[in-house]
Amino acid sequence: MLGQLSSASDSLRQYLTVAIFIGLGLLLAGVFLGLSFLVRPSRDQPQKYLTYESGVDPVGTGWSQSQVRYYIFALLFVMFDVEAVFIFPWATQVEAYGLFGLVEMGVFVGILLLGLVYAWRKGVLRWV
Amino acid sequence: MMFAQIQRALPTPEVTWSALAPQLILMVGGVLMLTVVSLFKKQPPKGVSAAYAVIVAAAALISTIPLWHRVLNPKEGPTGLVSNAIGLDGFSLFITGLLCIAVILVALVADGYLVREGIEGPELFVLLLLSASGGVVMVSANDLIVMFIGLEILSISAYVMAAMHARRLSSQEAGIKYFVLGAFASAFLLYGIAMIYGATGSTNLGDIQTFLSQNVLLHDGLLVTGLALMLVGFGFKIGAVPFHQWTPDVYQGAPSPVTAFMASAVKAAAFAGMIRVFSVTFGTYVLDWRPAVFALATLSLLAGSILAVVQTNVKRMLAYSSISHAGFILVGVHAASKGTSAALFYLAAYTFMVIGSFAVVTMVGRTGDGRHSLDDYKGLGRSRPALALAFAVLLLAQAGAPFTGGFFAKFGVIAAAASSHNWSLAIIAMLTAAISAFLYLRIIVFMYFEDTGDASAGVHGPSVRIPRAASFAIGIAVVATLALGIIPQPFIQLAKDAVPQLSSSTP
Repeated sequence: MLGQLSSASDSLRQYLTVAIFIGLGLLLAGVFLGLSFLVRPSRDQPQKYLTYESGVDPVGTGWSQSQVRYYIFALLFVMFDVEAVFIFPWATQVEAYGLFGLVEMGVFVGILLLGLVYAWRKGVLRWV
Repeated sequence: MMFAQIQRALPTPEVTWSALAPQLILMVGGVLMLTVVSLFKKQPPKGVSAAYAVIVAAAALISTIPLWHRVLNPKEGPTGLVSNAIGLDGFSLFITGLLCIAVILVALVADGYLVREGIEGPELFVLLLLSASGGVVMVSANDLIVMFIGLEILSISAYVMAAMHARRLSSQEAGIKYFVLGAFASAFLLYGIAMIYGATGSTNLGDIQTFLSQNVLLHDGLLVTGLALMLVGFGFKIGAVPFHQWTPDVYQGAPSPVTAFMASAVKAAAFAGMIRVFSVTFGTYVLDWRPAVFALATLSLLAGSILAVVQTNVKRMLAYSSISHAGFILVGVHAASKGTSAALFYLAAYTFMVIGSFAVVTMVGRTGDGRHSLDDYKGLGRSRPALALAFAVLLLAQAGAPFTGGFFAKFGVIAAAASSHNWSLAIIAMLTAAISAFLYLRIIVFMYFEDTGDASAGVHGPSVRIPRAASFAIGIAVVATLALGIIPQPFIQLAKDAVPQLSSSTP
């Protein structure tokens, strides 16, 4: 049946693959969850209905405010995370890029470091 | 054996540093300032940061002059740089010059503003320089990805600048709004770039142009979708209706000098990118994108001028009028290659008019940057005659009065529309020019013919402090506006020489 599709709908056929994958995924998850639902014993306890927080008892409500201080750290983290994203592919090809690549990466890291120096001098890195 | 592979040396692009002078000066200037201020605990002395920014921008402006002669020289002409990622042509140098002028004027206005608001610091000037350097990258980009990177450098600095006045809630609100909608617009633009890459197999504008001139796409749905998405992205950045919703709020909330920068430099860079992509690269697809640009231009002209009339806040009024100016420039874009020089001249005149106007708004807003209602302008003609006169000239120029740059700017785009037989667009442009003249005259009437009603106490108008640097900036803006209107010929010639030229690696 797939062979009857015209070549113009090639891209549509590729989407069919995606759809099959999604369907299979749903089916697998459904089968496993359903099986365990049928097999497992059911003993209700209030603790079992608490929000799962890595094994620790949850504190406060889900809508509590978080410290704005974390924001700066998240920002700095993103900065160096993105830096790593660029450095890793470059590192696999250092020799191919040669001196030019080395200088370019030096400039890139240097500019980011200047940003860090600025943040440090502004006292951002200190936990107040 | 994986590790034994011999790595072949990759070809590295040749870099002509001298041709990159403007962006390098702005970028290094900005980063250097940031480094120096972070090394010293003490704030730099009064006025030094602004003077530094002015000097850096002036150096970048001067560095465009030899490049301009090089491009106009028939022996050398426009070239592609860094593997054709960046193009050096008259068009990019023209807008680069405008961006540098915008930085100079805004820095002069911002100096007094920061002192008055008690938020002195070098950060605003660092961001101004970095933002302008991003703008230069964007306008000289010969590759869609480079253009996107330039746009991001330009915009991210602008988002931060909009929220610069951290104690004012409306400034923070403006920053967030600008950021969210700007990020949204960037996503549209990037999606469009991806589609165009899918359709043409390249992100290099020159290669795309060559590809389209040599091949006929049988199924161009992907390409047209990409164009539409890019139009949405640019539409957001230039504040064209229906993508204008953020404009009044952000322009009103942002610190007034920053608003001047957003209305001039950011808009000019976005328009330059738009012209390069639509009029130049996709000139062969003009029949596909023209109706969309027609709609954007008409809506911007009508909504911009009509909604401006009902405002009572002068800053908001100018925000709506900037939407209508965007409509006028879109009339030039709509005329494709015939309208490019008209659009450039409009951008030049508009840069001076809008920065000058927002500089006056900065002064009249007084401490707190909040007194922007029409009533706050009552009697300005009596208490500050020179300031009122300058504002009147700038407003008349925005209305398109003769002997000002605004007249030839409007004339140019309408003539371009007429020469490509878009009579309807030319007529709409003329009608809305008449409508928006009303709102500019309204402000002038409030300045000269209304009183604060406290005449018995000898007070006729608001007492406004004018720092020397800011009055200098307003002076430059007024003189330039008048010069563009009285001796327009050299400037029109300049805009005509600024031809966009793409460089392609494929013959």
